[in-house]
Amino acid sequence: MTSIIDGIWKALQLIFSGDPLIFEITVRSLLISGMAISLALLWGIPIALFLATRNFRGKLIVKGFFAAMIGVPTVGLGLVLFLIFSKGGPLGFLHLLYTPTLIVLGEAVLITPIVVSLGSRAIEDVDPEVMNLARTLGANEAKASIALLKEASNGIAIAGIASFNRAVAELGIAQLVGGNIPDKTEVLTTGIALETARGNLELSIAWTIILLLVVFGITLATLAVNSIRRRR
Amino acid sequence: MMAFVAEMRGVTKTYGETTAIDSVTFRVSEGEIVGLLGANGSGKTTLLKTLALIEKPTKGEVHFRGVEVTQKNAQQMRLYTTMVFQKTTLFSQSVYDNIAYGLRIRKIPRGEIDRRVKTALKLAMLEGFERRQARKLSGGEQQRVALARALALETKLILLDEPTANLDPRNVSVVENVVETVNRDFGQTIVMATHNMFQARKLPKRIVLMDNGRIMQAGSPAEVFGQLSRTLAGFSALENILTGEAGVSDGGVTVVDVGGNVHVEMTQAAKGRVSVFISPEDIILSVARFASSARNVFEGRVVEIQDQGRLVKLKVYAGKPFVVQITKRSFIEMCLILGSNVYLTFKASSVQIV
Repeated sequence: MTSIIDGIWKALQLIFSGDPLIFEITVRSLLISGMAISLALLWGIPIALFLATRNFRGKLIVKGFFAAMIGVPTVGLGLVLFLIFSKGGPLGFLHLLYTPTLIVLGEAVLITPIVVSLGSRAIEDVDPEVMNLARTLGANEAKASIALLKEASNGIAIAGIASFNRAVAELGIAQLVGGNIPDKTEVLTTGIALETARGNLELSIAWTIILLLVVFGITLATLAVNSIRRRR
Repeated sequence: MMAFVAEMRGVTKTYGETTAIDSVTFRVSEGEIVGLLGANGSGKTTLLKTLALIEKPTKGEVHFRGVEVTQKNAQQMRLYTTMVFQKTTLFSQSVYDNIAYGLRIRKIPRGEIDRRVKTALKLAMLEGFERRQARKLSGGEQQRVALARALALETKLILLDEPTANLDPRNVSVVENVVETVNRDFGQTIVMATHNMFQARKLPKRIVLMDNGRIMQAGSPAEVFGQLSRTLAGFSALENILTGEAGVSDGGVTVVDVGGNVHVEMTQAAKGRVSVFISPEDIILSVARFASSARNVFEGRVVEIQDQGRLVKLKVYAGKPFVVQITKRSFIEMCLILGSNVYLTFKASSVQIV
């Protein structure tokens, strides 16, 4: 117990010491997960919109697939990406293994099912006449879709938070396709795993505290913005 | 050849096995108010949505100002018209932003948007509501915002789908006044669906009677209502229309035997076969019989309950089905459920011959 409290104390000292290593890894984690969520939203929202507004044969299977993929083990997905992008793999010629780009791509794939599932649910919850309303007011299909997405923005924001938190807190992909290379692909979660294995508990506790602060901070900020918008 | 504002030529719309409208040919001339009268499910909404170009006809053609609507020009043609839905649909934005939405899409300059929003709000008696959150307004105010949003576009044709169906009498009167004003003062053409006989008689210059997705009859209110009695049996789903034999009682009032042991008394003189209408708002619903000057009191039981937000619509079977509209508060206070025993009371002067 004493060693845990001691570890937390030393970790807090480290955080407030202004150590550039702590800053660098935190920023890298935020950038990688930020880019992953941007990519996932870019391709996930159109899929969610399609699933929420169109009826087609096999729709339930597609929705079920995305819902099931929410729980995919990150190590499993990391391994698949490793095999695809390793030297002998089909996309090995791209030389993306052990680069931040592949971590971004992997995390984007990981969180796409969350964006699609929660996003389509949020869109389905909007009054279905909103698109028709926009059309009767002169909107074309693209503008009518934007009007629908705007109405679903609170739910989409929740999908965004859940996805970002999953991306920033995952270990398997970052470890397997990033390789935890210092100054290049080391992120908060791989750092925590490495330093814990090394017995460097102060540093791993410090990074855990930062990780939790990031997750709480972003979640609270998004919920606060949603709440202000609702009250206006 | 005269160009109509809008025209449907042999339009059929099917949803799977169901035919919503069937070979409908319908023309709307500039500056008229057309009332689409028919029971729920008669095809009024589908006809309006087809004219609003948000439903594609399965068969037939739609024309605007003589030009056929095609896949290519549909988006452009949609700018000639707008529609107000029966179930109020608003964006979760301010009243101003709701009304300005269509104007911004049309890339109208900001100053002109301000002017049009203000004029529309004034017409809908919503001055000073600009900054209010539209969805936080009362049901009647929300429907008036929807109407103001349509008016601001200044389209040649406005389509209204039962715009007063769920409103209290005060809001009904505001909406009816707005419809009359924009038609009279601005020459806007209006097609309005309704199943309210009084409204159909009062507002439109032309009535189109719909049943089972087909147009059964069309003409001026005087023509249609003059002939209606003969065809009313086919329109039994219209609310509170009863057909029977009228005769004069000993007391000098007219009594109509509408069957089911129901004898309706009315002040208007009539003899022989007639159809009468009692507005749902004119019927007092009570759980006990009470003494009053009203000539018509019937005992019945609640067979259908329809929650309409602030109002509740009840169907009461008292030998014949009667539709009654009461406030949600009264409904809760009276602890009504399906099968509740109730009394219906209305004055002889509330009974109108149609």
